Parts: sequence; structure tokens; C-alpha cells
Amino acid sequence: MHRRDFLAACGLTTGGMLLPSFTGRLVHAEELRSTMDVGLKKRLADAALNAATKAGATYCDVRIGRYLRQFIITREDYVQNVVNTESVGAGVRVIANGAWGFSATNDLTEENIARVAQLAVAIAQANSHNQTAPVQLAPVKGVGVVSWRTPIKKNAFDVPIKDKAEMLLQVNGAAIAAGANFVNSTLFTINEQKYFASTDGSYIDQDVFRLWAPMDVTCTDKATGKFRQRAGLGAPVGMGFEYLDGSPADKVTLPSGTIVYGKSYDMKEDAIAAAKQARAKLAAPSFKPGKYDLVLDPTNLYLTIHESVGHATELDRVMGYEADFAGTSFATLDKLANRFRYGSDVVNLVADKVQPGSLGAVAYDDEGVKTKRWDIVRDGVLVDLQAIRDQAHILGKTESDGCCYADSWSSVQFQRMANISLEPGKAKMSAADMIKDVENGVYIVGDGSYSIDQQRYNGQFGGQLFFEIKNGVVTRQVEDVAYQIRTPEFWNACVGVCDESDYRLGGTFFDGKGQPAQISSVSHGSSTARFNGINIINTARSLG
Amino acid sequence: MTIFTEDQARAIVTKVVGLSKADDCSANLSGLVTGNARFALNNLTTSGIVENTSLEVEVAFGKRLGTATVNAFDDAALERTVRRAEELARLAPENPEYTPSLGPQTYLATQTFSAATAAITPAYRAQVAADSIAACKASDLTAAGFLEDAQGYEAFATRHGATGFQRSTVLDYSCTARTRDGHGSGWVTRNLQDSTGFSASAEVRAAIRKAMASTETKALEPGKYTVILEPAAVAGMLGPMTSVFDARRADEGRSFLSKKGGGNKVGDQIFGPQVTLYSDPAFPGAEVLPWDDDYRPRGRVTWVDGGKVTNLQYSAYWAQKQGKSPIARPGNLIMAGGDKSTADMVRGTERGILVTRLWYIRSVDPQTVLLTGLTRDGTFYIENGAIKYPIKNFRFNESPVIMLNNVEEIGRPVRLVGEGGGGGRRGGFFNIGSALGQEVTVAPALKVRDFTFTSLSDAI
Repeated sequence: MHRRDFLAACGLTTGGMLLPSFTGRLVHAEELRSTMDVGLKKRLADAALNAATKAGATYCDVRIGRYLRQFIITREDYVQNVVNTESVGAGVRVIANGAWGFSATNDLTEENIARVAQLAVAIAQANSHNQTAPVQLAPVKGVGVVSWRTPIKKNAFDVPIKDKAEMLLQVNGAAIAAGANFVNSTLFTINEQKYFASTDGSYIDQDVFRLWAPMDVTCTDKATGKFRQRAGLGAPVGMGFEYLDGSPADKVTLPSGTIVYGKSYDMKEDAIAAAKQARAKLAAPSFKPGKYDLVLDPTNLYLTIHESVGHATELDRVMGYEADFAGTSFATLDKLANRFRYGSDVVNLVADKVQPGSLGAVAYDDEGVKTKRWDIVRDGVLVDLQAIRDQAHILGKTESDGCCYADSWSSVQFQRMANISLEPGKAKMSAADMIKDVENGVYIVGDGSYSIDQQRYNGQFGGQLFFEIKNGVVTRQVEDVAYQIRTPEFWNACVGVCDESDYRLGGTFFDGKGQPAQISSVSHGSSTARFNGINIINTARSLG
Repeated sequence: MTIFTEDQARAIVTKVVGLSKADDCSANLSGLVTGNARFALNNLTTSGIVENTSLEVEVAFGKRLGTATVNAFDDAALERTVRRAEELARLAPENPEYTPSLGPQTYLATQTFSAATAAITPAYRAQVAADSIAACKASDLTAAGFLEDAQGYEAFATRHGATGFQRSTVLDYSCTARTRDGHGSGWVTRNLQDSTGFSASAEVRAAIRKAMASTETKALEPGKYTVILEPAAVAGMLGPMTSVFDARRADEGRSFLSKKGGGNKVGDQIFGPQVTLYSDPAFPGAEVLPWDDDYRPRGRVTWVDGGKVTNLQYSAYWAQKQGKSPIARPGNLIMAGGDKSTADMVRGTERGILVTRLWYIRSVDPQTVLLTGLTRDGTFYIENGAIKYPIKNFRFNESPVIMLNNVEEIGRPVRLVGEGGGGGRRGGFFNIGSALGQEVTVAPALKVRDFTFTSLSDAI
């Protein structure tokens, strides 16, 4: 399909996410249900490992990947496109003479993969001439032959395309019937069949599933020429099609009356609400700028965590490896050493590569490291960063954090953000309890516009729905709101986090990093949290 | 990459169209080789070459569409691919937006290929990195940067007789120079179709100069300022405008070009009288493919003339529905400019701010095209016609619609790919494939009054 159609169809033209390239082979939907023979993968991997070792590599890893994607794109009452793609191949990474070398191929024969492994060694040897210090790799104990699969209940690729398209058209129809003028909805389903083998003695077969069903509902007012959009409040997830079951037990009614979703999503119900709320946005009063106490629902806070904590604590950014592109970070090594106060005492931020249902969950990362959960900020203090095998020594660590990822067999794996989440508060507190104490505040639901500087200090975030809070009561829906933060001040202004019963995951499906750019998917969990005295700007403008 | 000659490529797409039994068929064969070298902390960090050749076959039975791709080109593979597309089309729901493929067309001759760019080698890329690093090191600075170059071709044929073949090249370079203490940062970018005469050693001087001049910053109060936006900053503000000239969004009532009471603003004065925006596939230095995604011929189209909207872009479907003529989707956006250099504009400024680039630009309100983002890598206070001192970076909240109503002076336009955001350029990321004769901005420096900065940033 044409890239522009994809952008327009998904309503992503104003978004900041990195879009996947469509370099995969288009295939039948049926082919998306199969897997590669694990015996064949092991033979291919051994051919590469042996060839690399023989050619002089002191370390080698092989990733044999089959990456499957299906996108169903609709607007109003018709399907605009159905795309099934498959990309299969192998990437071989080696260390020779203390330097990295990488080579990849889509020709999966034992003879060719051995040749590619030799090429990777030759590249490493060439690179070693200009290397100022040899690669220091944190040790990993081989795990032998193991496998892991995302614990899905219903494989989305098993559901006939017709049924999935029909579901989206019903969602669109419900929004139109509820007063929307336009609606775009899309279903993205992804399956990464990844086989990893290394000279450490690991043969790891993983079958990873992710799903996202975004939508955008638009209401227009012909008389005034105004239009407003409300995006869906569902999250991208590391789950199967069961996420779209919309179980009543997973619904949460917020103090604003808004319904949000936990472990499953009722897209049709949300489409109806979106149509009504987009209409209400057209008439909602413009909000007065100033300092307010902010109450942020997890559907909003996840993106602020992503930008102000997730990216800021990536060690490659901290060191300067991303300086020409996404930038560096204010969270420097000296701040880590000096126990920098990142937030208030109630702020506990954890990195997590194992959380069920999250986009980042795997058993082993893309360099064969067993995944784990670790602290980044504990009781408000910066205690750690995110590091992979060749970075661990910089932090004096003896093991990788297990957050290495490549978006394709043909991409070189590098440090990517783990799920970074705000731990729920320990004391019992609901969003309604929290709002009761707010005299003059704003309650924000859903993610909107987002922008942050190249060292992750100054951020500005919007939302989908804004509600005024006066003397402990949600009074009315308002518009034209964005909050501006300075990261450490923002997290130090956090005075409360609701308890575990309010904890939900949000996430970003196409997060971009690196040159050439690679995509990654990552979740961020939190409960509703309160931040005092935050600067709110009014985003309305008059064009005369 | 499977290298095909023009004759071979044309023969393949013609053969494929002939194989299909569907009502309509078009075939597109494209090849792309990209090479890159990345450096950081004064070291080459990664380098590589990625090759991809792909044939895409699109067929239609009535309004049912099917698409299949393949990267093998023997007769059996071609036949299989056509049959697969036909099978998918039979199963597909009807697409009401389908319009038949085009018949024979006459395309403009545009020069999108440079033999020099196509001849770039791994050694050349390594030398660009080495030259950038050496110059920065000599000034006691730390270099990080990226060079990416690409060459490719596209051949197509349709059932109704449109056909074409063209080769393209592009080179994109950027370098960030930072002082060792992290208090100064400068940046330079260069995007070229023809690498002849490109010199990283020369280009990197701008980044070095800005890094060294930006160490002792002072903080100015946020507010409205006269700004001189360098071309990269202007391209960042214009980037989101390209989708604004879509007729369908305007007619549907969801664009700033929608009119109260319905309809669109064609004929209305929306910007200041100095502003002229147009697209021209044959613009020297920014030449692009002479056809769009639907193989519709691109010609020169003026979108805004003297501040007045003169044209909107109509897809075939929307044109048919509205009784208009379709207009090809443009491959470039050009803002007409003058002859002044940025230095000339600084000399004529009593008080103002010079902005090197804008970063992490995101839409805040599509109704007014309000954007937010930050200054980065060289922001300076101007007083009495001279740069007085470097200043701390600002966050802006401004609409290009307002900006283009407040233009005081226009500089000399240069070729760029739009500066987009945190994830990269042009609305999220820079896709070198897209830059192969597809998406180029030609932007001048602008002097603009009352540009809105809303907060300070500590980032360097």
C-alpha cells in the first residue's frame, strides 16, 4: 500500500510515532498462522556459530527471525486496506579483535548463513582498526534449549480477516450512529517468531504477540467551521485477540464519568463515548491558563513516563551515542552517583521486561539475557539506568539488564527502553478519593500532543479529555489544555499515587530510536497520580 | 540489489500487466540501496548497507483490490505473484475509493539521478565520519553524526497504458558538535541529490562555530519575539502544512482551510502577501519524480500565491466526487524567497532571536495548525544588527498560519528534508527512501515578528 494512504487512514499524520516500513513480503493470511521448524533453525544457527568461531570470532550470536504483521484499515463504512506482511531472515553478530561486526541475509541455507557469519567476522576485524577500546561484554550463562510464548488466549491471526474487519465496521457504525461525522479505526497485529543462539550455549525460541486497535472519532460543526477529535482510550498490548473481548469486569468508571479499560477493551462502547465526547468538546469552554493541581489518569500519565523517565534513563543516550538524533539526557552518571532526587518520596519507577500483558514482555532479550524487573527510581532517588551487555561495565554492573532489542533480523540489536512504570501507592486510595482533596485542579484522561527537549527536561503534554476540579468535585469538561513540565520538578511535585486497584497499562506501539531508525513497542503502567502546582497553558488560537 | 537496466525493468512490469486476467492491473518494480555511517563520541559506531528490490502487483476486479509483492523475478515467480494478487482481490471487500489506473501519460523530464551519489563507497562514508570527527577534535569538541546515501529506481506499467522508468539518488548528512563540558552544542545538516562538491570538512564548520559560540548562555523571558528562523527551522514549521492543502479534509470540515458554513478557503487571503508556496517537480536542486503514487503526472502547482489560496490537492476519488480535476500529490514544497543571506537579515535586525533549528515539533491543535517544539543547537540574541550572545533554548507554541502572516523578510531558499521531531525528521522519522525524489522542502530563512515562546528549556 502507499505510505501516504497508511498515514492518512490511521489518522497518524500528526502523531510522532515512528511508522514501520512495508518491506515485508505480502502473504496470505493463512501463512501468518504457521511457524518455522525449530530443528531447521538450530541447524542454521549452529552453521553460523561454527563458521564465525572458525573465522576468529570470540563471540557470536545469531537471530533467525520471522516477523509477521497484519494491518486492517477502515474508515466509516468501508475497509480501506488489508495488509499482511512477512519478513524472514537471519542476522549474525560477532566480536572479533575486540570489535563488533554484523551481517544479515534472507537466504536461509546452512551454506549461506555460514558465509554471512564469516562476513560479519571480516567486518569486525576491519572495524577493530579504528576501535579505541575493545568491547567489554557482561557475562551470560548459556541456558541450553528453551522456548517461550506470549501467554495469549486467542491468536489474532486465527480470527478470520472478515470477522476482524466486520468488528471494526461495527465500531465505526456505532460512532456514526452516536453522532460522529468521521471515524478511522485500525487493527494492528504483530507476531515476532524469534530464534536466538549464541556461543554462550543458548538456543532460545520465542513467539511474541502484540496487538493494537486505535481509532479516531471526529465531530465537525459546519456553522462555526470547528472540528474536534477524540482518540480511543484502549492501549496497545502484549496480548492476543482476547484483549478486544471487552469484559465488564475490566471496565472502570472514572470520577468524570468517563469509562476506561483495564485488561480488556470494549472498542464499540468506547467509540460511542468518543462520538459523544468529541461533540461535547466542540461546545466545552476554553480553560484559563495558570498553575493547577493535576490529576492524571494512567491513560495520560503513561506517555509522560515514557518521555520524561523512559528515554531519559537509557544509558546510550546518557553517554552521548544518540547526541546527533534524539539527543542526550539530563540524568547523567554523576547524578546517578550522587543519588539525584528525581521525584518526591512517593515516586517509585521500575523497569520491567517480564510484566504479563505488557508490550515489552519476553523471557530473554535479543542478546540472550534472561529478563527481569529492576528499580530506576526508589523513594524519589535515581538509583539505576538501563544497560545492555556491552554497557553494563560503564555502571560497574556484572550483568546486563536484559533490554536489548532489534526490530528485524536485518537490524543490529541495541539498547531499547524496558517497560518503565510508576508503582502504585501503598495506602488505599481511589481516583475519587484523590480528587476529593483537590481545590483547584484539572483531571486529564487520554494521551494527546507530546513534545520534550533533547535532554528530557522541558516537556509539554495534552490529552483527550480535560475536566475542571473545584473544591474536590469534577465540575465540567473543558478544552484547549496542555501542561508544561520540567522533569525533576514535575516528579518532585507528585504528592500522591492511587493504589493497585487503579493500576493500568498504556503504551506506545511504534517508538522510534537510532540511525537508521528502528521501532519498538513498550508499555508504561501507573495508577492515577496527583501533581501540585503544574503550569497549564491555553492552546486555543485565533486565526482572525 | 538485483540491478536491472531500464529495458529489463520495463520488460518485467509490462510482462506482469500482460499476465493478469483482472479488470485492471498495475505493476511497480523498485530497487533501493542505502548506505550509512554513524559516529558518536568521536568514533565511528556503525556502518552498513541495506539492499531491497521489490515488485508490487495491484489488480482489481470491479472495485475489489488485491496487492502482492515478490523479490524473485523469474517467469514462474511473476505468474505466482499476479495470481496471488488476483486471489486476494476476489476475497477483498469493495473499496468505494477505487479509481481505474491511468492511460498513457506525458511526464516532465526531471533530473533526479547523480552518478556521483550513486558511486559513494564504504570508504567515502568512513572518510565523511573521519573528516567530521577530525575537525571537531581539532576544536576540542565531540562529534556525533550520520551520513546516509541512497540510489534507487522505479519502473511501472498500468493496464491502461501509463508507463515510466526513472533513477534517483540522495545524500543526507548531519553532525552535532558538542563542547566537552556539554555547555555548547551546534548542528549542521545537508541534503543533496548530487553529492558532487559535498565536503563534510566544510559543512561541519557551521556546527563547530555554533557549538563554540553557544557555551555561555543567558536566559531571556519567554514571550513574543522577532525571530530569524534559519531554513531548517522554517522547513520544520512548513512540514505539517503539506497535508493541509488536501482538498478532502478541507471539504469535510476538518482542516483550517474549511470554511464556516461549509466549503473550503480557495480564493481567500490566508497568509501575508509575501508568501507564495508551490510545488514543481523540475525545480533545480529539488527535482523529484515526475509522477505521484498513482502515476499521475506532476506539474508546477501554486498552492498559495501572494498569501491567497489558489489550489488544493484533489485525489482522483475526491475530484470525481466534487466535480473537479485531480491534481497529482506533490513531491516537493517550495517557498518562494529572496536573495538575502541569514547574515544580511541579522544585520538589519534591531532586536531579535536567531534560531538554528526547531526540534520535536508536534501538532497541538489541528484546528489552527498550532505546533509546539523547542529551539536546539544554536539560539542567539540579536541586538543592533549583530549577534550579541547565546541564549537558553525555548519551547514555542506557534501556528505556521500565524507565522506566515507575520513575515517581515524572506531569505534565500535552500533544499532540506523537513525537521520533524523527537523520533526523527518529517513527522516522526526520516525515510531516505521517501527522500528519493519524493519529499523535499525548499525553504528560505524567515524574519518573523511576534513568534511565541512559552517556556525555557535547560537542555543543551
